[in-house]
Amino acid sequence: MTAQHLPILQVIVPLLAAPLCLLSSNRQIAWLISLIAGWTAFVIAALLLSQALDGEIVSYELGGWLADWGIEYRVDIVNAFVLLIVSGIGSVVLLYARRSVWQEIYHDRIPLFYAIFMLCLGGLLGVAITGDAFNLFVFMEISSLASYALIAFSQERRALTSAYQYLIMGTIGATFILIGIGLLYMMTGTLNMQDIARRLPLISGNHTVVTAFAFLTVGISIKLALVPLHLWLPNAYAYAPSVVTAFIAATSTKIAFYVLLRFMYTLFGASFAFQNMPLSIIFLALALAAMFAGSVAAIFQDNVKRLLAYSSVAQIGYMILGISFASATGLTAAILHLFNHALMKGALFLALGCVYYRFGSVNMEQMRGLGRSMPWTMAAFVIGGLSLIGVPLTVGFISKWYLVVAALELGWWPIAAAILLASLLAVVYIWRIVEAAYFQAPADSSNAVPREAPLSMLLPTWALIIANLYFGIDSSLTTTAAAQAAQCLLAMCMLPP
Amino acid sequence: MTALLFAILVPLVGAVLIVLTGRHPNVRETVSILTAILLFASIASLAPAVFDGARPHLALAEPLPGLALQLTVEPLGMLFALLASLLWIVTTIYSIGYMRARQENHQTRFYTCFALSLWAAVGMAFAGNLLSLFIFYELLTLSTYPLVTHAGTAAARHGGRVYLGVLLGTSIGFLLFAIIWTWQLAGTLDFVDGGILKGTATPALLGILLMLYIFGIGKAAIMPFHRWLPAAMVAPTPVSALLHAVAVVKGGVFFVLKVVVYVFGIDTLPAIDARQWLLYIATATILLAAVVALRQDNLKARLAYSTISQLAYIVLGALLANAAGILGATMHIATHAFGKITLFFCAGAILVSTRRTRISELAGIGRSMPWTMGAFAIAALAMIGMPPTAVFVSKWYILAGAVDAGQMLAVAVLLLSTLLTAGYLLPVVYTAFFETPGKPDNETHGEAPPAILLALGVTTLGTLVLFFFPDLLLAFANQLTGSGT
Repeated sequence: MTAQHLPILQVIVPLLAAPLCLLSSNRQIAWLISLIAGWTAFVIAALLLSQALDGEIVSYELGGWLADWGIEYRVDIVNAFVLLIVSGIGSVVLLYARRSVWQEIYHDRIPLFYAIFMLCLGGLLGVAITGDAFNLFVFMEISSLASYALIAFSQERRALTSAYQYLIMGTIGATFILIGIGLLYMMTGTLNMQDIARRLPLISGNHTVVTAFAFLTVGISIKLALVPLHLWLPNAYAYAPSVVTAFIAATSTKIAFYVLLRFMYTLFGASFAFQNMPLSIIFLALALAAMFAGSVAAIFQDNVKRLLAYSSVAQIGYMILGISFASATGLTAAILHLFNHALMKGALFLALGCVYYRFGSVNMEQMRGLGRSMPWTMAAFVIGGLSLIGVPLTVGFISKWYLVVAALELGWWPIAAAILLASLLAVVYIWRIVEAAYFQAPADSSNAVPREAPLSMLLPTWALIIANLYFGIDSSLTTTAAAQAAQCLLAMCMLPP
Repeated sequence: MTALLFAILVPLVGAVLIVLTGRHPNVRETVSILTAILLFASIASLAPAVFDGARPHLALAEPLPGLALQLTVEPLGMLFALLASLLWIVTTIYSIGYMRARQENHQTRFYTCFALSLWAAVGMAFAGNLLSLFIFYELLTLSTYPLVTHAGTAAARHGGRVYLGVLLGTSIGFLLFAIIWTWQLAGTLDFVDGGILKGTATPALLGILLMLYIFGIGKAAIMPFHRWLPAAMVAPTPVSALLHAVAVVKGGVFFVLKVVVYVFGIDTLPAIDARQWLLYIATATILLAAVVALRQDNLKARLAYSTISQLAYIVLGALLANAAGILGATMHIATHAFGKITLFFCAGAILVSTRRTRISELAGIGRSMPWTMGAFAIAALAMIGMPPTAVFVSKWYILAGAVDAGQMLAVAVLLLSTLLTAGYLLPVVYTAFFETPGKPDNETHGEAPPAILLALGVTTLGTLVLFFFPDLLLAFANQLTGSGT
């Protein structure tokens, strides 16, 4: 009975938790409600993924209205995998949030914070699960508006301007997406993704369809922070509260990437996107630009959160690179990196959150001597950093391996060399922090005494670190799921035979 | 198989116990020595079976579909593991003397990382495919980094930066690239007698691949990617002795040998034109490093450049790709290890007793430290390849291999480098024994602590014993070439 309603529960649980948080008007209870909702969503996502891994495609009609009239939720392996990582990161971050939020958010606004956090989570999960193009847009706006607000919760004044910047850019992106969806609706007369996918091949030469494709690509690329549309990202990540940075960095761009995959592969179809349209070469150029510009910019940052934000810009480049190969292995690599990058960045930002919790700053200067005063936090940071670099036995290695294999499969060995070269740039920016933490004396002598973060923050951080190692040592779940998802996207498995 | 599992777990468990007993130096160091002895014993217990042709196998995990992290013991790896674990016992005894006499900080971290490094080295020795070998190779780099930067000074940080930069840069930039490319070409990364790349690509492409491997294995310190080794000399002497004369660098050349024998195959290799260029680069490294060594006044730096020169011998022997060359290269791994570790032990003993690091300051030191400098003299003769020492045997085989392969330039360089080796090591002996100190010592010093003397006595004996009883080495090495042809 409930099993049948899992798809809607996936979204509705966090969405309903939001008003409950607000009504509770008690900080502890609000946290508890959102924690329970987050973990419930995680369990539901795990159940959905286990169904999807068996090759089952779950279709759920909202309110019993048949698709095309009503909204359909549709879970295949692709979005089940994305749901798992988003809800997984969400639940770990929520576990971590209690102390961190208490420190960083004005106390009277805490219930409101959790309410909006729940809206954001619900919106992101909704984007992933829905099978309806307009519904996707609505959920995307729910999650985006919630993110702007979440960033603005920070006590730092600069957070307001960066939230505003993000709002402007995000809204432009959303408008583009809406125009794209509108044009598709105009041409196909439906908003259901299945039906759009079925009808589009009949009119693939149509200029309006091409225009819709262009609007959607650019709009999603803004949400995705693909170079050169990434300008909102560094500030937004740098000045948001720690919890928000960790959550958004690990989920929001991933969801945008999922939307890109869904539109390119399922709606338009790979042959339209890569043969009729020059998507491959455009993405290849932008991906390389992102990988190098992002990494080089990261090397020169002084604020460590900003540094990791630029690193995210570079990592998005890797994912886009995977798509640009227009091959099954490339797509697998991209989906794999979506999952793996969420684990790395989530872990790294949570570790930084611990530093911020103790010292109220994450500047390079503040990192000095932290190896002594916060040994566990910095150990976590080092392992997360190694994963980002792509050292074996971490998830980063698995991603790099698949990307390089995909490049060599096509005989693009200069690209393969570029991937490895870019990961060496990661060594430079990660090692700046490691050296500061372990070799430089703290600027302020009071930092020399041990001041480890509280256990309630360390444990979730380490949970993600262990996930980084676990999926690096035994990648059977992630590689199987990613390979199946790639197959599913290429074979358009959303379409009934 | 259980013995294999035991061998790979012992250093890990040892590392944990060392952390736990960190507050009690005596217990901690007992644990260190016991771990080393247990490791050696468990590896040695595997040896007879391996020698009779058994290949114990153990799958640990599967990081990538179809590519397991697995261990398989074969003769070459057995030799490397025996060597590293045996010398670890000696080095631990030496470390105790050295670290206590120098009153170093962070000794628990030191012993822990040492155990982890040995774990990675044994993992490399027993790695069952290229991916596993690469993983342990990288773990060895990372676990030795805290040892290199042990002092925590600006110089140590800079040395660590070069160390990590070169080793990670070459391994990710070239080696990983080569491995993935091999996977792409051959569809397997297993070590197979006769190689896995035969006939998969044109000789030109295989040439590029070979270059990626030889330069990618930065630990083999082929020029121009040798800078990390002198940089690593900021580490405490036991680290330089065991890791940067034995485990790390020999891990590098071991990797080269594995690639030559089991990935390319010694039948395929001579058909690759690029091999000739790599032979020239290896010979150039032998010469250039020896010349640079002549000009170093810092004793450890001189020894480091000597190591670079000697490592190139092994790479040269491997690239000759004939039975004598491989045999010589394999033996040189062991014989050079005993000689070089002794030299480093002596350098450390001098540092502990006199706080001196420069050769120009060593005038007359042979009189106050006769045992240390006596060992130094024997080890120096060994490095040169004088007959009563084991290096003579291995050099002889490499030379024979070069003659067999018709590489006359290599033959000439090998002979010349013997003179150069004498040129940079014998003056140290001469200074120590026959020169009189310029200004009188304002502090009296005697011999090094007994633990240090014991350790360097053992390794000196080793160089001599291996000359008179090279059978064990030869037997192992013969198995390798026997199966390779």
